Amino acid sequence: MTSTRRATGRPAARYSAASLVGRGITGRAWPRAWAVRELRSSYDVVIVGGGVHGLATAHYLATNHGITNVAVLEKGYIGGGGSGRNTAILRSNYLTPEGIAFYDRSLALYRDLAADLNFNVMFSQRGHLTLAHNDASLRTMRWRTEVNKLVGVDSEVIGPADVAALVPRMDVSDQARYPILGALWHPPGGIIRHDAVVWGYARAASARGVAIHQNTQVTGIDVVGGRVTGVQTNRGHVAAPVVVNCTAGWSTLISDMAGVEMPVHTFPLQAAVTEPVQPFLTPVVVSGTLHVYVSQTDRGELVFGASVDPFASYSTRGSLEFIEGLAGHVLHLMPSLHSLRVLRQWAGLCDMTPDYSPIMGPTPVGGFYLDVGWGTYGFKAGPVSGEQMAACIATGTPPDLIAPFALSRFADGRLVGEKGAAAVGH
Amino acid sequence: MITLPCPWCGPRNVTEFAYGGEAGTRPDPATADPTTWRRYLYTQANPAGPVTETWLHRAGCRRFLIVDRDTTTNEILAVRRPADPPEVQR
Repeated sequence: MTSTRRATGRPAARYSAASLVGRGITGRAWPRAWAVRELRSSYDVVIVGGGVHGLATAHYLATNHGITNVAVLEKGYIGGGGSGRNTAILRSNYLTPEGIAFYDRSLALYRDLAADLNFNVMFSQRGHLTLAHNDASLRTMRWRTEVNKLVGVDSEVIGPADVAALVPRMDVSDQARYPILGALWHPPGGIIRHDAVVWGYARAASARGVAIHQNTQVTGIDVVGGRVTGVQTNRGHVAAPVVVNCTAGWSTLISDMAGVEMPVHTFPLQAAVTEPVQPFLTPVVVSGTLHVYVSQTDRGELVFGASVDPFASYSTRGSLEFIEGLAGHVLHLMPSLHSLRVLRQWAGLCDMTPDYSPIMGPTPVGGFYLDVGWGTYGFKAGPVSGEQMAACIATGTPPDLIAPFALSRFADGRLVGEKGAAAVGH
Repeated sequence: MITLPCPWCGPRNVTEFAYGGEAGTRPDPATADPTTWRRYLYTQANPAGPVTETWLHRAGCRRFLIVDRDTTTNEILAVRRPADPPEVQR
């Protein structure tokens, strides 16, 4: 092999089966997926945070609204924060009508994302199963099901026999430590390849002229007369009339730079992955009581997640008590997994809000927008957040879908309580 | 696993404790306006660095303690009893 990869400024090649075969035969190198551009001294819009939310916002600003003089500033590498640390689960069976309509739009965008971005994001709609081990859980599930049906989302409560049919290795006997009384079955839910979503948005946005700057950390935000005028970075000053905070974990620190107070607490959330085994688990399985959710990837690994750590922290170190507790809980559900080995564990930062709903839209500082407070549910909301934030920035008014998530709701006493559907289950 | 040095019991695993969040003074109900209550309830510093917190030794002596902790490293900087003046370190 003598061909070398070259970085070109040309737009990315269109991916197709024919191009794959062609390049396989000729050995021609693939062009870079997205362009590396010079950091300019001013942009129309500066987006802080190069994860799925920031890149999707840039993409929809360019495609839906023709705003292409946009920079995405990422302090590390794109998709290195929450976008690369979540467990890649998608669903829309939330509790409030506002939440359900919002996440259902996200699922609809995810369904067509591979075609829209010309990038294989490996969305697998394999169904999402939330187990009930007590009467209180079952009651919340019936509530969720009825609200879901009213908004037009496919959800139903099923019994232990149906659970056994969906997950053959599950212990559904009444001898289990936590017997399964029923479950919330949500067929449209599933898993996706989260890195591919980030890369697909980066490639599509870059092709439209959006500048993606990695290793560019925002260190200050300039506010003059109540309006944003630009940002300070480790690579110099960048002027912009619009700055969007699309960070997770660091949203309080970025908002503090603009003088906007945030009702957010940052907690680590740990996850783990096992060695790959033959496919045996089709749906995503969640147990709120046992604080665990599990899915099997296309490569055969089991991906486990949990609830957030018990105290606020910016540390992303894994802990032994997490993996011990997780293993115990998983074995309560599926005892036959006892010999499976854990390959690695990691943690991501979750910005928790008081009502378990995000904070989106304008702030008291003119030109400074928020797309933060994504707790443990940010990845599944990536596309709809990008689409709605782009519309919000282009028109200056929050669209109906995100109006309930305004920062002002905490002052107005209009919280959107999603704890019953977002606290553990994903 | 981090350990917390309880001022009454000595060093214990953090799993024995309940996290109470950032330490603050409750507003006086007789005089506080809605803005003060809102700030007390929702808007806290959430710093990346040193922070003063309230913890409860739930599975131990069941008493409250005040902890200074660095949120980026989880290092415990100081621990004191709620009645102690801030400069006391145990």
